[in-house]
Amino acid sequence: MALLRSRGGLILTNPVLASYVVPVHPHPLLVPEQNEGWQRLRDAFDEARQQISDSGADVIIIYSTTWPSIIGHQIQADPNPTWTLVDQDFHDLGSMDYSFRIDADFAEAWNKANHSRGLQSRTVAYNGFPIDVGSVVALKLLNPDNAIPAVIVSSNVYANRAETTVLAKSCLDVLKSTGKKAVAVTAMSMSNRMFTEFIDAADDKIHSLKDDEWNRKVLEFLEEGRLEDVAQLSRTIHQQIRVQKVVTFKPMWWLSAMNDNRNDLTGRVLAYEALHGAGGAVVHLDPTSNGMGDKEYDEDDVEVYHGERNVLDAEANESSPESKHVDGNGPALWDPAEGKDAVNTDSAPKPVGLYPHARRVGDLLYLSGVGPRQPGTNAIPGGPIQDANGEPLEYDIKAQTRAVVENIARILEEAGSSMEKVVDVTSFLVDMDRDFAGYNEVWAETLGHYGPTRTTLAIRALPTPIAVEMKVIAKI
Amino acid sequence: MLGRTMAKGSIVAGCLAPHPPHLVYAENPPQNEPTSEGGWEQLRWGYERLRESLSKIDHDVLVILSPHWQTYVGTHFLGLPHFEGLSVDPIFPNLFRYSYNLDIDVELSKAIHDKAADAGLAVKMMENPDFRVDYGTITTGHMVNPAFDKPLVVISSNRSRHYYSVEVMQEMMMELGRVTRDAILESGKKAVVLASNSLSHRHFTTESDVPEDMSKEHITSHAMHLWDMRIIDYMRTGQAQRIIDEMPEFTEQAIAESDGGGLTWLLSTLTVPTYPAILHGYGTIIGTGNAIVEWPCYAHEEV
Ligand SMILES: [Fe+2]
Repeated sequence: MALLRSRGGLILTNPVLASYVVPVHPHPLLVPEQNEGWQRLRDAFDEARQQISDSGADVIIIYSTTWPSIIGHQIQADPNPTWTLVDQDFHDLGSMDYSFRIDADFAEAWNKANHSRGLQSRTVAYNGFPIDVGSVVALKLLNPDNAIPAVIVSSNVYANRAETTVLAKSCLDVLKSTGKKAVAVTAMSMSNRMFTEFIDAADDKIHSLKDDEWNRKVLEFLEEGRLEDVAQLSRTIHQQIRVQKVVTFKPMWWLSAMNDNRNDLTGRVLAYEALHGAGGAVVHLDPTSNGMGDKEYDEDDVEVYHGERNVLDAEANESSPESKHVDGNGPALWDPAEGKDAVNTDSAPKPVGLYPHARRVGDLLYLSGVGPRQPGTNAIPGGPIQDANGEPLEYDIKAQTRAVVENIARILEEAGSSMEKVVDVTSFLVDMDRDFAGYNEVWAETLGHYGPTRTTLAIRALPTPIAVEMKVIAKI
Repeated sequence: MLGRTMAKGSIVAGCLAPHPPHLVYAENPPQNEPTSEGGWEQLRWGYERLRESLSKIDHDVLVILSPHWQTYVGTHFLGLPHFEGLSVDPIFPNLFRYSYNLDIDVELSKAIHDKAADAGLAVKMMENPDFRVDYGTITTGHMVNPAFDKPLVVISSNRSRHYYSVEVMQEMMMELGRVTRDAILESGKKAVVLASNSLSHRHFTTESDVPEDMSKEHITSHAMHLWDMRIIDYMRTGQAQRIIDEMPEFTEQAIAESDGGGLTWLLSTLTVPTYPAILHGYGTIIGTGNAIVEWPCYAHEEV
């Protein structure tokens, strides 16, 4: 009885019946009566519990941010984990006895599916394994009598978007192959900055106005069903309202992939309150299309994870962030094409195909697309955007843009032109959202001074691992 | 002063005593369920030397700050006289499932707690009997004193570095170190203070089939090695102040576990020593750098 849903004219089957975002701190479970907001969160949990119980789901799948892992992802596979949990901070609120029903077969199958999609992953089934507070609170409140078996997965501290997305896809593989229907839950805070002092329960509030405003913005997106938009904003949200080094705002990557990266879900915020300063929300995302919600932009969709995350290589690179070689990371280089009216120079990077650096036509000069690669060394100032395996790296868009402008200046000079004579520029960015501001800043300091017309486009990729390229027309 | 009867307390040694559960696993002690074929001998021999050294110094209590009891709201102290249970490492449950049974010197814990509160730090006693002691404390406790026949003071790792900065973390930990020292001196007890943290802390993200396969064990990068050697050099040459001065760069560039505050707190309890520390051992654990270091205070301070 797979559920069929219409989307974009296609009949698709997604086995996720409903998704929930729930907070991780134990107050709604242990002491809801101490604060009205905590009680409202508890009521929202209760409402979600009723919906889940009515949903006909075969399994509850929890992605928990309070279970960090290092060696890939871990999946709970003890059929009946039983223990008493005490929170590391809020131990005075009481103890949490638990005894859960875990779908161990599903856990093992998910682990296998992870491996076949290239992920590092393992199951854990040990007496006394410390199930994390987020999972315990979620399962005790959403599934108190263990009516539906559960599966819990960790949040890997090194995992990037690609890895987290593939983790969801392998989970969907298992749901599809077993014919099971699921409720997907992310146990997470919104803003996670708590008060670092002890407070009276009655005085609880969101830590700052800024955190509160961001939380409300994120919840507005979710209420509009724009889950993929929130997923794509994950890094920004992390920077704005998350305590650094605690796992990134990753759960939305997982949850969005579990929902086929859609922006047209039917969302409802059941409650949003403070938990010792952190933002706690219970959100319900129904897969029924709300008929709206186009995606404004997209990140690469990833089907298979390509092995090691290369965090170590990336680490080694960090020692010299200004200049990184792209050897083995990009297409072969060519000598610039010679020909009538061609302008070529050794002081600009070698082309990646048979073309000249520039060509004269009358008193106009047309430049081939210019990137930031350094002539001679081929290094990319600010660093390449990905490694040889296609895994994303941190890079500096301003350094790249500056290097582009310098390369342009050298080619213009070789042709007897100069920056003042640039007429028109077309710029290409591979990540408009991330890079436009930095690029624009450098533009204003350099070419922008001279007043050429400009068009900026977002494109999927450039042939070398660079983030920006410019196409220039100048007078001679 | 004439007529004074109560002996003055003292810190007899300060130690950097990291807590990788791998070391307990490699030893196959009766308390740990999984069994191994050994491994990480350099570090285990280092701990052997530390134990040998501490066995020659009379002491009553071990005071531990572990980065794996992570508290975001203040600094907490174990506040009941006895804890026992099973500790399962959430990240390496395949290696560490340890039955612990340990005593707490609640009196000294409370004394440090009270002084810290007076100094304006947010502090709390942990008095829930169901609480599970963190695996960092247990691993360090085991490696230093496997019989657990001396009481512990266990201090949580306040995550102020994550909330604010390394500078704020250090300010708080310097203060916590001062009050820890004062409380120990007033207690009349002889204490060993232990910071349970590694140095450079970049892990490998994969594990070999046999975790103790030493052909796979090495530092994750040259830069990490250089940082570890730099910090160890400061320790061995009595330049503790430089460690504190360089802590922001060290924690950031080496992702060092000292961001949990343990090392700064330790150096503060020792009044930032200018005498050389003894390096008992150095080695890597899944790529992270670990040093076992002892500051032999008894030889340098009036006790
Ligand atoms: Fe650790």
